[in-house]
Amino acid sequence: MRPFTYERAGNPAEAAAAVAARPEAKFISGGTNLLDLMKLGIEHPAHLVDISRLPATIEDTIDGGLRIGAQVRNSDLAAEPRVRARYPVLAMALLAGASGQIRNKASTGGNLLQRTRCAYFYDRNMPCNKREPGSGCSAMQGFNRGHAVLGASDACIATHPSDMAVAMSALDARIETILPDGGSRNLAMDEFYRLPEATPHIETSLQPGEMVAAVTLPPPPPGRQIYRKVRDRASYAFALVSVAAIVDAERGRIGGAQIALGGVAPMPWRATAAERALGGSGSSEARMRAAADASMQGARGYGHNEFKIELAMRMVQSVLTEAA
Amino acid sequence: MTEETATGFAQWPLGNGPIGEPLDRVDGQLKVTGKATYAYEQRQGGKPLYGFLLGAAIGKGRITAIDVSDAARAPGVVHVMTHENVPEQGAFGPPVVPNGYARPRPVLTGSAVQYYDEPVAFVVAESFEAARFAAGLISVHYDRQPGAFDLTADLSKAYKPEKLNAGYETDSTLGDFEGAFAAAPVQIEQTYSTPYECHAAMEPHAALALWSGDELTVYMSTQVIANARGALAATLKIPVEKVRVVSPFTGGGFGSKLLLHAEPVFAALAARELKRPVKVALTRQQMFANTGFRPMSIQKLRLGADRQGRLTAIGHEVWSHTARYEESAEQTAVFSRSLYAAPNRLTRHRLVALDLHRGEWMRAPGEAPGLMAVEVAMDELAEKLGLDPIELRMRNEPAQDPERKVPFSSRALVPCMREGAASFGWDQRNPRPASVRDGRHLIGIGMSATIRPNAMRPAKAEASISADGRVTARLDMTDIGTGSYTVLTQIAADTLGVPMDAVTVLLADSRYPQTAGSGGSFGAASSGTALHYACRALRAKIVEAARRTVGSPFEGAELTEANLANGEIQAGNKHETLADLMPLIAPDGLTAQGAAEPGASYKAFSQYAYGAQFAEVAVDMDSGEIRLRRMLGVFAAGHILNPKIARSQLLGGMIWGVGAALMEENVVDPRYGQFVNHDLAEYHVPVHADIPDVEAVFLEEQDDKGNPLGIKGIGELGICGAGAAVANAVYNATGIRVRDYPITLDKLLPKLVRNDREI
Repeated sequence: MRPFTYERAGNPAEAAAAVAARPEAKFISGGTNLLDLMKLGIEHPAHLVDISRLPATIEDTIDGGLRIGAQVRNSDLAAEPRVRARYPVLAMALLAGASGQIRNKASTGGNLLQRTRCAYFYDRNMPCNKREPGSGCSAMQGFNRGHAVLGASDACIATHPSDMAVAMSALDARIETILPDGGSRNLAMDEFYRLPEATPHIETSLQPGEMVAAVTLPPPPPGRQIYRKVRDRASYAFALVSVAAIVDAERGRIGGAQIALGGVAPMPWRATAAERALGGSGSSEARMRAAADASMQGARGYGHNEFKIELAMRMVQSVLTEAA
Repeated sequence: MTEETATGFAQWPLGNGPIGEPLDRVDGQLKVTGKATYAYEQRQGGKPLYGFLLGAAIGKGRITAIDVSDAARAPGVVHVMTHENVPEQGAFGPPVVPNGYARPRPVLTGSAVQYYDEPVAFVVAESFEAARFAAGLISVHYDRQPGAFDLTADLSKAYKPEKLNAGYETDSTLGDFEGAFAAAPVQIEQTYSTPYECHAAMEPHAALALWSGDELTVYMSTQVIANARGALAATLKIPVEKVRVVSPFTGGGFGSKLLLHAEPVFAALAARELKRPVKVALTRQQMFANTGFRPMSIQKLRLGADRQGRLTAIGHEVWSHTARYEESAEQTAVFSRSLYAAPNRLTRHRLVALDLHRGEWMRAPGEAPGLMAVEVAMDELAEKLGLDPIELRMRNEPAQDPERKVPFSSRALVPCMREGAASFGWDQRNPRPASVRDGRHLIGIGMSATIRPNAMRPAKAEASISADGRVTARLDMTDIGTGSYTVLTQIAADTLGVPMDAVTVLLADSRYPQTAGSGGSFGAASSGTALHYACRALRAKIVEAARRTVGSPFEGAELTEANLANGEIQAGNKHETLADLMPLIAPDGLTAQGAAEPGASYKAFSQYAYGAQFAEVAVDMDSGEIRLRRMLGVFAAGHILNPKIARSQLLGGMIWGVGAALMEENVVDPRYGQFVNHDLAEYHVPVHADIPDVEAVFLEEQDDKGNPLGIKGIGELGICGAGAAVANAVYNATGIRVRDYPITLDKLLPKLVRNDREI
């Protein structure tokens, strides 16, 4: 671990300015991912700005939604009555992630910004374009069982590991940021995350010093909310595939749905093609099958992860079937 | 002292003392309050220096240049060791030596890299953080050479090792296997594979070394004090008497702490050079490559049977990996020489030399991977015959050891299967696979036989009683989380007829009498018997002193050992506590020794512990996820010293079996030779949520052939067959047979029928 200096920010604007002021500064909140990466020499900030003690509030918004402060801990968010009552898919996703100890430390903003768990990214001896741009991707021809089948590029096939973000994507969450100049931005999930393309080391559209301030959820859409996570053991494992869905169905007839997938792409993957297919004509059965097929449109496997394509389609259909 | 006769050992009468009681661990409070001191927490010798290992970035090749100048200048760094400046050490030697435990294990021996993450440099600094940071500043240039990292790709280069682990014969044949198999009306011929697995002990390998003149003391995490001591002395080229190894608590070993690894050697070399204590721990990631692992195996099973299900031919052939520079030959098919009757038999072991680190013994080497093939093959045979799997096993129950042709000392496989079947509800199993559903889950039940050799190794112990009547036992046995402190306290208290709290057991210091330590499930039998004998000898001395001492209330009395009970000597209407009596009869205390040796009965009898395991799984038809629902193991393993601790041991083993069946796998990248998944996030072992309901029970068993206490080893018994029971349950649930472990959902999915809402 590279030696670093440390300061504790007094307020969000101060924090953003402090990180912007130094080229090798980083925010730290729960540190559940950053500290591991620092110990392994994968992240090596020279300066840390601790934002973990900034206010962590969950507020109702005027339009009937919820504004979740970036410092709200994962455990607290999962236990929040308004989340459990109105956004159960988010509570389920949170509780499906990590372990109790980690959720107690991990923040909402940090969860969004966690790095991939690609084993080659974690091993400094291995080529990795995300860790060392231009060095190559070891996973492409290597052991890629956990890797992306959608949204990947020739430079990187890593997945985003979050469960929480998948539920947020399905819920049409937006991300509110604070800029070093005191301004702020409001980004949709797919504006916030960037696909790897030729620059997999750039994972979001955040500017230097720009800090995640909050996640806002619009009022919950009608329908049943489900989070299903498929993994190799019953707890404390990253998703092979996960599905967050809000399905509007009545007596077996599917109306609309909002569906996002985890474990299959470099970012939480909003399955818009599947949503469109559901909105088509035909029986519920046929539309669910079409949605499942559409969810993996354009998917590509790299060997070990080939199974994810079939698995994701099965899971989309399974979740829709359960909801209908 | 030994009390072995041609028919076995005179059995120590049990039932009066603490042996057999489900007592709490005597060290439990120390552990839960953090007062049990593990190697890295030792503070002897004052403020230590901290070492950090830098591992090789290639799997095979040569270091062409190594630049440590930045590291050496980094804050807090006091020393950087590489192959260019490492002190002289004993030479490693050829791949096979008579005693691999005691051979020198030198570090940084040259520019050659033999396996990925092999230590190439060692940084010593004032803090752990400084050492780790500086290690990252070392620049190493390599000439990378192509290595052989893929067992399956190199099977054609397999060779026959001279011997297997523990001295077992490499191959065995009986009758005409090929002819009998070819003629068998019912045949099973299948190939199974088990992956590399990591021990993943909770406590990382760690050592603190300090020198006093030419004498070295190493506090370290180890299973066997004498192994560490001997290998350290040989590596450092100093007399073994100059080395003291201390390891009062070890946080799990499972076979990964039998051999000396690099960290104590580095600590000792650096401490000698720097004249300060040096402390080293491996990181979790470093443990994967550097502390051994279970070798991968490919196993070919051929079973031939008549239509009634009587086996006529058993063939079990194994290919596994070994390191190129040091041979390790897992005894994967050895138990097949004994488990079932059949007149024609074949077992074979072959090795493929790869550019990986050597495999090491991992919980039940041999049986753990071997039963995952044999017991699944038996399940396949039962199905082909239309026989119940338990009935098939009963029809092949041997009357004596089928290959050694000696009687079994005891063999309770059938009672274990019967008891387990009744308790588990085996009669509810639908033999037609994929026919039981619960919502979107397929439910299946499977079983397996369990077998594990009962072993004993030479051990010595000392017991003493002080003037205040307190008993102290000393032996270099380790407690690796198994409960050694507790069961040895029970044995001493029981043997001497004193209360548990009058006994202090001191372990794991090379100043104490030598034992074989913890390994091979021989710990309790070996050390326990030695201590029992020491206490018997001490008992005789106490009684003798009471009878002979002038002025003793028992002077001249007709005393036998039986007069010592409940902490008192009793004779006629006289009774005196030892605390009252000792100042008079032996004011300086009394001390006695005991020694245990594997006796003639090990040759005259086939000695195993047995069991039967049952598992129920649910398989999600949509996702293919397999989850254990419940599991039961029924075991017969002689007298159980402490049912509470024994149960924990068995449950732990069974859970390991669940992991082996469903998730554990160290993946080797054949391009580079590294273990891709090398932390506990990506190397999966079962978590609590994976183990909802698991139980282990013991059947009573009398076996006087192994030792005077009638005990058998249990540390590895639980894993034996556990994985096969789970695998057979998965087949019963789905009708899909996955023979390439672990059984992960991606291997089921292609054949798994989707959940259908109409059913």
